Amino acid sequence: MSGFTRKIDNNYKVKTLSSSSLSWLRRRLDRGIFAVLGSISLIALGLIFFFIFREAIPLFYKVSVASFFGPTWLPTFDPPSYGALSMIAGSALVTVAALAVAVPVGLSAAAFIAEVAPGIMKDITKSIIEILAGIPSVVYGFFGLALLAPFLQTTFSLSTGRTALTAAIILSIMALPTIASLAEDALTAVPSSYREASLAMGATRWETMWRVTIPAAFSGLLGAVILGMGRAIGETMAVLMVAGNSPQITTSLLKPVRTLTAGIALEMGETPFGSTHYHALFSLGVLLLLITLAMNWTAEWFRGRMRRRHHG
Amino acid sequence: MVIMATETKSLQTTAEWVARNLPSETIIDVEGLNFYYGRERILHDISLSISGKGVTAIMGPSGCGKSTFLRTLNRMYELTPGARAEGRISFLGEDLFRIDSVALRREIGMVFQQPNPFPKSIYENIAYGPRVHGIRRRSQLNEIVEESLRRAALWDEVKDSLRKSAFSISGGQQQRLCIARALAVRPQVLLMDEPSSSLDPKASAQIEATARELSEELAVVIVTHNLQQAARVSDYVAVFMTGGELVEDGPTKKVFEQPEDPRVQDYLEGRFG
Repeated sequence: MSGFTRKIDNNYKVKTLSSSSLSWLRRRLDRGIFAVLGSISLIALGLIFFFIFREAIPLFYKVSVASFFGPTWLPTFDPPSYGALSMIAGSALVTVAALAVAVPVGLSAAAFIAEVAPGIMKDITKSIIEILAGIPSVVYGFFGLALLAPFLQTTFSLSTGRTALTAAIILSIMALPTIASLAEDALTAVPSSYREASLAMGATRWETMWRVTIPAAFSGLLGAVILGMGRAIGETMAVLMVAGNSPQITTSLLKPVRTLTAGIALEMGETPFGSTHYHALFSLGVLLLLITLAMNWTAEWFRGRMRRRHHG
Repeated sequence: MVIMATETKSLQTTAEWVARNLPSETIIDVEGLNFYYGRERILHDISLSISGKGVTAIMGPSGCGKSTFLRTLNRMYELTPGARAEGRISFLGEDLFRIDSVALRREIGMVFQQPNPFPKSIYENIAYGPRVHGIRRRSQLNEIVEESLRRAALWDEVKDSLRKSAFSISGGQQQRLCIARALAVRPQVLLMDEPSSSLDPKASAQIEATARELSEELAVVIVTHNLQQAARVSDYVAVFMTGGELVEDGPTKKVFEQPEDPRVQDYLEGRFG
């Protein structure tokens, strides 16, 4: 660079050097600002990990890993027991039941928006789903508590309306926007040349959607479902309000259950700082963190695979 | 001017090479076709008969509406909001606009500008159309796949890799795969929208040879802005001009050697478009 400029003339060289060093400085500055801002989020994530793990690990000085995965959660008894299985099962039951509703409804809504709906209907459906995403979770919980729980209680003549089913229904509505909007992204990302080719061969729109668009979007749709699942597992407030919160292992949707998130939120306030119980709650947090991270990564992998396949 | 003359001469000789004796009953008859996109008029009062055998080339400068014309023939334009066609088109004597568009597209297949195979295996790409139209028997599907690939002159190259992804073959092979895929539903007309514009000369020549061979059994309508290609491949040409007018049509040899319209003369001599 410098050898090249020296050959031309001195005036020119001085000009280019001064202006290029200025823009060099600007570029460095710009890049520096972004680097700092970007690393803040990375540092925050690192610190969160560090402190959660630091507070969780002391539990295992007192309790074996096997008993942490045991069935009984009685942290205030003598002797106490810190088995998280009931809450893991609670989270699993509520999430699976919620997805059983949210997946078919969410995917159909996505297919409707991306493939079927004409202009106005498309905008209306999309904005309804966006509104669902914007409602605070405490409002969902309140709705479940005030309307859904009493309704279920009388319909099934239960002793309490706060059950796994109540939580699952509320959660399915909450996971719906995640699944629907990400699945819609996946469907619209399918190149329209595929659809054209299929329609030009005398396939109907319906056949084209089922045999071409959905298979081509499959990885992306799977990613959408997994992220919806992550949303359902991580939800706390609404579930805390309607699930009934009794730490029991059951497969019945009509019984109260406690999820991992609700377990932490319920007991955190009444636990002495630094006690075994306190460390046990952090261990639940670690568990939750690992589950959601694994889901996010799997989902991103699937979504990335779809992008690579069609736009590589 | 000297260069121009030799250019025209080479076009003439290739046009002579093209001349064939093919039966020439009309399969598609277009009369007074106007096409609008919103308020804009894309095609002006087009009338053209398309022969049931042989290759008809639609040529003209870019933006003259030749692709739009092609898309009215299988009514693919209906997928574009705001597009509207007026006029009469008859397909085998029936009003083309009143035939169910799904049924129509089985009879009038299409190959696009960019090769667009499905993200499936070579076999599944070809079997797609027959499957959609209700053919389930494996042996029958196998037959159709082989026959279609042979007709598209691709069988020998892919017969050992039918299970491989359609993306694993070259661009030219992908385009011939798309031709085979369109043939698998046994159309009577094959529309080709600048099918070799994204291909190298060799692959492009293969597409042209395939088009000529196919045109002994069905009507091929090919849109191209490449004069040499039109001269080499077609039996009939229709020349469109900017503004969406059809200015001249007829046997390729005649139009290339003695164009009547001065605009076509200019266009063929490279003074325009």
